[in-house]
Amino acid sequence: MEGQAWRRWAGYVVASSYELNHEREYHAVRSAAALFDVSPLYKYLIRGRDAARLLDRIVTRDVMKCKVGQVLYTPWCDARGKVIDDGTVSRLEETTFRMTAADPTMRWLHLNAAGLDVAIEDVSEKTAALSLQGPNARAILELASGQELAGVKYFRLTSGKIRGVPVTISRTGYTGDLGFEIWADAARSLAVWDALIEVGTPYGITPAGMLALDLARNEAGLLLIEVDYVSAHHALIEAQTSTPFELSLGWTVALDKNQFNGRDALIAEHARGPAWRFMGIVVDWDSLERLYADVGLPPKLPTTAWRASVPIYVGGMQVGYATSGCWSPLLKRYIALAHLEGSAGEAGTIVDMEVTVEHRRRRATATVRPLPFFNPDRKRA
Amino acid sequence: MTTVYDAIIIGAGHNGLVTAAYLARAGRRVLVLERRYRVGGAAVSEEIFPGFTFSVFSYVVSLLRPEIIRDLDLPRHGLEILPLESTVTPMENGDYLAGWGDPDKTRREIYRHSPRDAEAMIEFGRLMHHMAQAVKPIISMVPPDPTSLSPKDLMGLLRLGKRFRDLGPEKFHALYKLMTMSSADYLDEWYETDVLKATKSASGIIGTFLGPRSPGTAYVLLHHYMGEIDGSFRAWGFAKGGTGAISESIAGAARRFGAEIRTDAPVSKVLMKRGRALGVVLENGDELRAHTVVSSLDPRQTFLSLVGDEALPDEFTSDIKRYKFRGSSGKVNLALGELPNFTCLPGVGPHLRGAISISPSIAYLERAYDDAKYGAFSREPYMDVIIPSMIDPHMAPPGKHVMSIFVQYAPYHLNGGWTDERREAFGDTVIETLTRYAPNLKGAILHRQVITPADIEQITGLTEGNIFQGELALHQLFFLRPAPRWAKYRTPIRRLYQCGSGTHPGGGIMGASGRLAAFQILADGA
Repeated sequence: MEGQAWRRWAGYVVASSYELNHEREYHAVRSAAALFDVSPLYKYLIRGRDAARLLDRIVTRDVMKCKVGQVLYTPWCDARGKVIDDGTVSRLEETTFRMTAADPTMRWLHLNAAGLDVAIEDVSEKTAALSLQGPNARAILELASGQELAGVKYFRLTSGKIRGVPVTISRTGYTGDLGFEIWADAARSLAVWDALIEVGTPYGITPAGMLALDLARNEAGLLLIEVDYVSAHHALIEAQTSTPFELSLGWTVALDKNQFNGRDALIAEHARGPAWRFMGIVVDWDSLERLYADVGLPPKLPTTAWRASVPIYVGGMQVGYATSGCWSPLLKRYIALAHLEGSAGEAGTIVDMEVTVEHRRRRATATVRPLPFFNPDRKRA
Repeated sequence: MTTVYDAIIIGAGHNGLVTAAYLARAGRRVLVLERRYRVGGAAVSEEIFPGFTFSVFSYVVSLLRPEIIRDLDLPRHGLEILPLESTVTPMENGDYLAGWGDPDKTRREIYRHSPRDAEAMIEFGRLMHHMAQAVKPIISMVPPDPTSLSPKDLMGLLRLGKRFRDLGPEKFHALYKLMTMSSADYLDEWYETDVLKATKSASGIIGTFLGPRSPGTAYVLLHHYMGEIDGSFRAWGFAKGGTGAISESIAGAARRFGAEIRTDAPVSKVLMKRGRALGVVLENGDELRAHTVVSSLDPRQTFLSLVGDEALPDEFTSDIKRYKFRGSSGKVNLALGELPNFTCLPGVGPHLRGAISISPSIAYLERAYDDAKYGAFSREPYMDVIIPSMIDPHMAPPGKHVMSIFVQYAPYHLNGGWTDERREAFGDTVIETLTRYAPNLKGAILHRQVITPADIEQITGLTEGNIFQGELALHQLFFLRPAPRWAKYRTPIRRLYQCGSGTHPGGGIMGASGRLAAFQILADGA
């Protein structure tokens, strides 16, 4: 491993990139296969007669309708309908679920479990998670596990063995591409990693770090907590919080299901329409090029994703802010994820985004568009 | 009633397709006619051996114009350019010289060979960056005619002049040297490491019938830095799926804008009346009509075979006849059962994902040229080797590989002419030479395809197998490409245009010729 840059993640360190430059690792996601260690995710096992009821009470998706072998992506809210965190809920068996979260969630699960027949176990340390993403992910995983995976549809899971190690394989990921996550006993997971690298080498597998992942998730328009939104549990002022509708996650809110955290507030918000939207922004090339040409430079592009709050304007008035952005090596566009207020959030709106050109704040023209930026057929096929 | 197209484009190479896409985007009714069974011209990917896909001819994206990628939204049509960031040159003493994707790592590597050169690299890079920035707009402009007094031409020249004046004396002098010197001489002023100079100057000889000590080869060094200005845009590298995928993506964009593309439709003549193009005649006798006819073929094909010299002014015909092709390169495509193991860097490593340059010294390259000067292929040729399956695993079955070897010199005018035996002898020379650096190579070969300049001409139609539709030499560039006074994509035949690499700026998979031609055609009121 050449890259010596590390990132903190939930008390662990993860590689920013395995090579000096993350670019090849990124392209592996889109053209071959990339293997990420995503073990720092928080993971909980929820078992018992009322396991489904507990989760249904917490998250916004309808867990009662979740089938065995299905995975739900979902946010969860406080009583005001403000998002606390987002993650996945997997129904491993009729009465066994695994929940993943970005923040520690044990206490929140317990608070909501009063009077329910459930056992909650924090398996974050015990369970390793590897994410294999890219067009060749399935072929590699089929070879490594010796089983056919064509039947494992998008957001479904199955179980199997890799090098004798029992694993759960879910068709999930954080790249917006064809991909799987492999869940295994942490003590035996190195063998799983080695097996995947070995079998995957002829298919162009590449260990990949967070810099590559960040580019891919920007293209896929996937939110990152504490970057794109502030958890209701961490926000210092009300204005920092967001509802699922304001994050353009309305599709995850099952308003018609039974009582769940934030339901009343979300019904009211749904009726009046959200004040904010979370949208894609594409910076206009010619406009950016002109700003740089003014100082005699070619356009400088962000080759790693940035995470900052960048003002967005319409006609001189600030209408929102972008929270993540990058140069998309695949789409050849400068893209960003932005919170936009009111009608500025309509797709097609022309806005200005602040860019710093040679230490000076300038504004580049950009267009608002729906997310994701990149959504290949193979993701679901 | 017969259909009259706004424009018929002859040839579906990448430039023809770019012109078609831009014309269709402007709302014109466009038909593209391709002689072969598929689009792409010299930018094609073909499964030559079952399971093994090759970029048969052109094999890397060099300077595909970012504005074309944007205007035509090529990523949407499948274009994906993967990084090809390292170059390793095995040396005759068993060592190697590497240039890596990370500039600091490259500097450390050069330091190993010469601390002085490692320092020079930074200053050299900055100077070249400035000059590339000064010259780069030229590839995006219709060449002004310096002998014309028209206001438009004068304005163009003035703008250019201002740009050069803004460079300041030091950089202007450096630019003048770049335009006139040989690449070896120019690099001698900066560097002392022979293998470094050889590898850098190799880019100056590709596709020309010149050696590293021939004057006029230095300016091509600039091309590399022009690519670096677009650095993070990354318009150079390896196209996923091979270079055919680039053509397919441009064809996809053209079709989306409404262009019609017919393959297996060879054109035999441009249909003309009183010095004006009216359409084309296909080899099967069909006549197709258009207001504008655009040829993406090279100037000799266009004028001497499709138009015919009887319809052209004598002076122009002799200019076209003088225009030099002199194909000087060949290609060897290999299907491999295992990866080559290079003695200088044993085992599998990142070097196999980049280019391997067989250019151990300036003398080596110059000797290779000496052979060609007297009509032989190089006994020890310059080679640019890549292993596409290491970059895009879909190019070969898992665990197996494809290798692309660009070889120079292989003169079109070989003593006694090219025959099957000479083609195989040429292939053997290439394999023998490369096997000296990677001893397991010969045993790893499952299949091989050897392509001589004569084959390039016969398959793609490129005259004398010149990969740039005419040498990229100073006397054939800018307002002289392909002929004086006819550098603006127009021709002596009214409503007949050219859009191929034989027009300004030409060269590589850039698409700039095709784009500028489309703009000229639209400006002329097509």
